[in-house]
Amino acid sequence: MNLDFSAEDLAFRDEVRDFIAENYPAQLRGKQDEGDELTKEDFLSWHKVLAKKGWVAPAWPVEYGGTGWTSTQRYIWSEETARTDCIRLMPFGLAMVGPVIYTFGTPEQKAKFLPRILSGEDWWCQGYSEPGAGSDLASLRTKAVHDGDDYLVTGQKTWTTMAQHADWGFFLVRTDNDAKMQEGISFLLIDMKSPGIEVRPIITLGGEHEVNEVWLDNVRVPISNRVYEENKGWTCAKFLLAHERVGIAGVASSKRGVEKLKAVAATEMEGDRSLLANPFFRRKVAELEIDLAALEYTELRTLAAMAGGKNPGPESSVLKIKGSEIQQRLTELTLEMAGHYGAPYYRGFGEGDNEHPIGQEWANRAAPTYFNARKTTIYGGSNEIQRNVIAKMVLGL
Amino acid sequence: MDLSTTETQGMLRETLARFLADNYSFDARQKMIASPEGRDPGIWRALSSELGLTCAPFAEDLGGMGGGSIENLIMMEEFGKVIAIEPWVQTVVAGGGALVAAGGPLAEATIPAIIAGDCVIAFAYAEPQGRYNLADIGTTAKADGAGYVLNGHKGVVYAAPWATHLLVTARTGGGRREREGVELFLIDAKAKGISRRDYPTVDGFRASEVYFENVAIPGEALLSGGIDLIERVVDECTVAVCAEATGISRAMLAQTVEYTGQRKQFGVPIGKFQVLQHRMADMLVEAEQIASMALMGTLRLDAEKDARKAAVSMVKAKVAKSIRFIGQSAVQTHGGIGITMELAIGHYFKRATMIEGQFGSADYHLERFEALTYAA
Repeated sequence: MNLDFSAEDLAFRDEVRDFIAENYPAQLRGKQDEGDELTKEDFLSWHKVLAKKGWVAPAWPVEYGGTGWTSTQRYIWSEETARTDCIRLMPFGLAMVGPVIYTFGTPEQKAKFLPRILSGEDWWCQGYSEPGAGSDLASLRTKAVHDGDDYLVTGQKTWTTMAQHADWGFFLVRTDNDAKMQEGISFLLIDMKSPGIEVRPIITLGGEHEVNEVWLDNVRVPISNRVYEENKGWTCAKFLLAHERVGIAGVASSKRGVEKLKAVAATEMEGDRSLLANPFFRRKVAELEIDLAALEYTELRTLAAMAGGKNPGPESSVLKIKGSEIQQRLTELTLEMAGHYGAPYYRGFGEGDNEHPIGQEWANRAAPTYFNARKTTIYGGSNEIQRNVIAKMVLGL
Repeated sequence: MDLSTTETQGMLRETLARFLADNYSFDARQKMIASPEGRDPGIWRALSSELGLTCAPFAEDLGGMGGGSIENLIMMEEFGKVIAIEPWVQTVVAGGGALVAAGGPLAEATIPAIIAGDCVIAFAYAEPQGRYNLADIGTTAKADGAGYVLNGHKGVVYAAPWATHLLVTARTGGGRREREGVELFLIDAKAKGISRRDYPTVDGFRASEVYFENVAIPGEALLSGGIDLIERVVDECTVAVCAEATGISRAMLAQTVEYTGQRKQFGVPIGKFQVLQHRMADMLVEAEQIASMALMGTLRLDAEKDARKAAVSMVKAKVAKSIRFIGQSAVQTHGGIGITMELAIGHYFKRATMIEGQFGSADYHLERFEALTYAA
């Protein structure tokens, strides 16, 4: 056991660096530098570059289009993409429904959906939460009833991220009202262009349109689009949630975030000293960096166990809790750093003013980013739920 | 020692609370913010000329009711409960406070206009490079005959787009960051040579970057007292936003308790879960600390200079930390709905967050408190 990269690993790292330098979409890079809103096409531009190279789904088994990388290579990949500010690929297809389909799906489902997830042809969204079913997900009430070879699905989903762009959605629906809660749920793949689906935006505190309500009114879904057995969808749901939690830790992007924070703090002056030389502020940054190192090695241990064939279990809740708290702390410190210039609301700047920040660009983004980051301890199973999982599943309480 | 309020003070609170209950619902507030001006000037008119509340903190010989900072505390608590976007801190606390402290003909002329609602003031004290250091000032006021000529740039001036007057800090001498030579001026917001870039703030106000280019101002605009006066005025403002924090905290706690009583998960109202009960109990503990510190700060505003500064820094350091906990806890307990624009709670959280840094962050005030009270 050691922490060193082998010669092969270092060669791989160089290959990755060269590839990113040569192939990262220039237009996307420009928009990121300017702090512009990213469109669906922007997100897909990087996805498609990676798909062409065969690097879009490192975590997938090779037979379905994975890279076959070692866990060290995957670590290098996430480090390098974060270090160079590559956008995070949308997780709904690649990290969520993809693994469910290749684990539980029929050969026909695998053949139909997996290639289109890899290519970026289909944009996916997640229909889990409902207005009355958040932390208590199993109490969901969206129902699917048989009608010939189809289901008719009626109900309402909420917090559906990026549904405004989605071609397909994976939905948890109730197919048996009489069974105990978890046992009457099925996992359906639904074409978002189906008649009877309406997507309504929810605007969050920073002014973003990321999440939506999805209303379903007698939406016709072929039974062949059900993954796994009827009434056994909870098995898929749990499997997916555990996978989601691992990815949610965001170690590599938080590391990049800390680097950026330090770089700005070193130039942001407070009289004669930089903020990074302010002993109060630097202590907070140092503590954050140390927390992040602890998380990083916890994640590496989890990934090593997964590489050994173990599915991520309740331990992934540890990653979710610490990862989300660290992401939030990063935004707290950035907002503190912004001082007075955290107050201007950039989405409200006048017409034509958008390219001209008040003070500095990063400072104008600090408050909306901080507000937005409160979601990280709520989504993917709130941190209260994660602690319940640890208490019950790990500690046996 | 006597911590009770007078009957008049009780009536003042009741009058404002009733007015706000009738006129400042969350929906009404959001409509004001969305309007072109970003506020409803009729509200200010009502608070001043109709209800006469603006006279509360001023002495009787200036046309006031004979009150002071306790009246401001009461008003700010009530404004906090509805996250009001009225320029009370800027106009009454900063402008009024500076004028009262400086005295003279300008005060005698302007305070009645504040009371009447004709004068709205914005406090232009911050500069882009200065962070929270009140003496880090590049804006200059150069003596010119009997008056001065102003040049410079003031940042994030809350309420500037609404203001008839600007309360401006500027340097008449000394080098950048020297305490000597910093002075306070009250000037006409429409004076020739002033330009602004206006914008909304994340917490629902309007603010501006204000630029001065050879702005000629009369000698009488000077409110003499230098940096000591400016620090006193900022301390009064600091305590005022801490009083606002009291109202905000209590409102956030009440809304959170109410929500957890209605929201059901796992077959019961989520307020039945002990982990949430303890969090809300901690919110109450912190809200009470905020109320206590805002009161302490108010009662110490007339103390000797260093004692006042140390006390106000204790207050702000504590309030900034406590209100962060309350805001974050309120949002977390609400869950996803807490970070949407739909529900009021998120808007309280935004204002609460901005109070953390307004007039000095926790770090700034901890450092000032230590420097003033711990011998090296």
